[in-house]
Amino acid sequence: MLTNRRKDAFVAAVLVAPFLAIYLLVFVWPTIQMFGISFTDAPLIGSGDWVGTENYERLPKDPRFRTAAWNTAYFVLLTVLPGTVVALLIGLGISRLKGRLQSAILALFFLPYILPVSVVYLIWDWVLNFQFGILMHILDLFGMDRIPIMKTRTWFMPAVAVVTIWWTAGFSILLFLAGLRAIPVEIYEAASLDNAGRWTTFRRITWPLLWPVTSLVFTIQLIAQLKIFDQVYLFSVGGRPNDNMVLVYYVFQRAFQQDQGGRAAAVAVTLFVLVVVVSVLQFQLLRLAGGRK
Amino acid sequence: MTRPGIQTVNLWGGLITFLTVLAALLWAFPLYWGVISSLKPEDEVVRPFIELWPENLTFDHYLTALTTSQIGSWYLNSVAVAVGVTVITIVTSMLCGYALSQLQFPGRKALWWLILASFMVPTQALIINHFVLVSQLGLINTWAGIMLPQLIHPVIIIVYKQFFDQVPKDFREAAVMDNAGEFGILFKIYLPMNWGVTTALSIVTFIWTWNAFLWPFLSVTKTEMMTMPVGITQVNDAFGVYYARQLAAAVLAGLPVAVAYLMFQRKVTEAITLSAGIKG
Repeated sequence: MLTNRRKDAFVAAVLVAPFLAIYLLVFVWPTIQMFGISFTDAPLIGSGDWVGTENYERLPKDPRFRTAAWNTAYFVLLTVLPGTVVALLIGLGISRLKGRLQSAILALFFLPYILPVSVVYLIWDWVLNFQFGILMHILDLFGMDRIPIMKTRTWFMPAVAVVTIWWTAGFSILLFLAGLRAIPVEIYEAASLDNAGRWTTFRRITWPLLWPVTSLVFTIQLIAQLKIFDQVYLFSVGGRPNDNMVLVYYVFQRAFQQDQGGRAAAVAVTLFVLVVVVSVLQFQLLRLAGGRK
Repeated sequence: MTRPGIQTVNLWGGLITFLTVLAALLWAFPLYWGVISSLKPEDEVVRPFIELWPENLTFDHYLTALTTSQIGSWYLNSVAVAVGVTVITIVTSMLCGYALSQLQFPGRKALWWLILASFMVPTQALIINHFVLVSQLGLINTWAGIMLPQLIHPVIIIVYKQFFDQVPKDFREAAVMDNAGEFGILFKIYLPMNWGVTTALSIVTFIWTWNAFLWPFLSVTKTEMMTMPVGITQVNDAFGVYYARQLAAAVLAGLPVAVAYLMFQRKVTEAITLSAGIKG
């Protein structure tokens, strides 16, 4: 028995080792390093001197960091709740369809999600092109003034938010569809026997039973959008990157364009802590919601 | 139920169906517009009115993009990186998931919590130290360097563990009776019984890696080492203001993943719902 257990432990060690080695190398070690250099004035590559919490103390006074924090919050506001509502509505619409029509319609909504962000960027950059974009032709048709959308402060974040919702809604729709399928048909049959109306059925059956999925979709998006970078970076090229600054962009700019690894790491740590706190809260909330059921 | 009741229900239902289909067509329109623009001659793309179908349909931009730019090497880089990451991630995750599911060993609980906790880690925050690590290893501008930080997808281990947990214990006991080793049990029983989930996870890992932007963008400075999604945005001078040609390059970058999705629609949606923690 004892030898058996020892053999088990040996085999387990062999099976787990490859994953664990990579995990320690690319997850644990860089995380420790990140905390370490955030207290130094290190450049991107190479070591620096200990500066205590100076890098953190500078953040609230740094206008560019404040822009980044504000824009990230603004972007979260523009995408998370609207994205969830849009996906829910589309999910409800698709769930009524059947068979081939359903999978065809789902595919149309889902295709953008499967594409690389740069393809999404090139397509929308073309649609929104100030000279030749189809959206500008449409504005012309309605006699409205053309707008250089990605070059203005007012329109940049809302436009990137729309593109992001367009790109990622397919994922949320998929989760809503799985959630809707899990609701037993008998409940709806019982409701229709009771002559419950459409709204009542949604309000009393669909919405409460779908709530775990809704909160999941909401929090997955919240965490994803805090980490926004790709779209903002791509659409800012040739525009106003400093006005469109978001947290990850700030890390990128400080570390890779200004060679200030230490100061960049302080922001990376801030983002890291923020995401961990939100994730823990999410986990607790989901557990609470699960307990209430 | 009265007759008018049924009629209003159908009217409503019809309207909602109509709106859903209409919304889907509008939703996919930018994709259509991108593809169709890439099939027009350059002088047609910039005409000041909307033409939903090219007057002179042409594949020239694809030919030019493929022959005069570095798209060939970008394709090769993307394929190599995506295949490499997929194979390594799937194999290491499967082995680890099997150990977690079927074996008793010290530290098992701790490892499980470590994997669950890693969900919270924002890899975007680690870019600085990934870059330091990869340059210390001398892997900047190499396939291995692009791959390394992308090799961790804890969710795949979790999905594997769930599926291995569901395999009836009788299979294992019978195999142990026959003196089969753990590797034999894994590769002859557990893996063949879970081919479906293995292919599904492989397809989405491939898609995730193909689409990755931030890390491949940071870890490559030479144009010939870029992956497809990075290359098409970084090398603008290769295309100048040739809108149609740039869109053709975008279509080429999106094509492999779009085709993978359309061919394996079921598998992809299954794997994605699984990875979000919902059983399909």
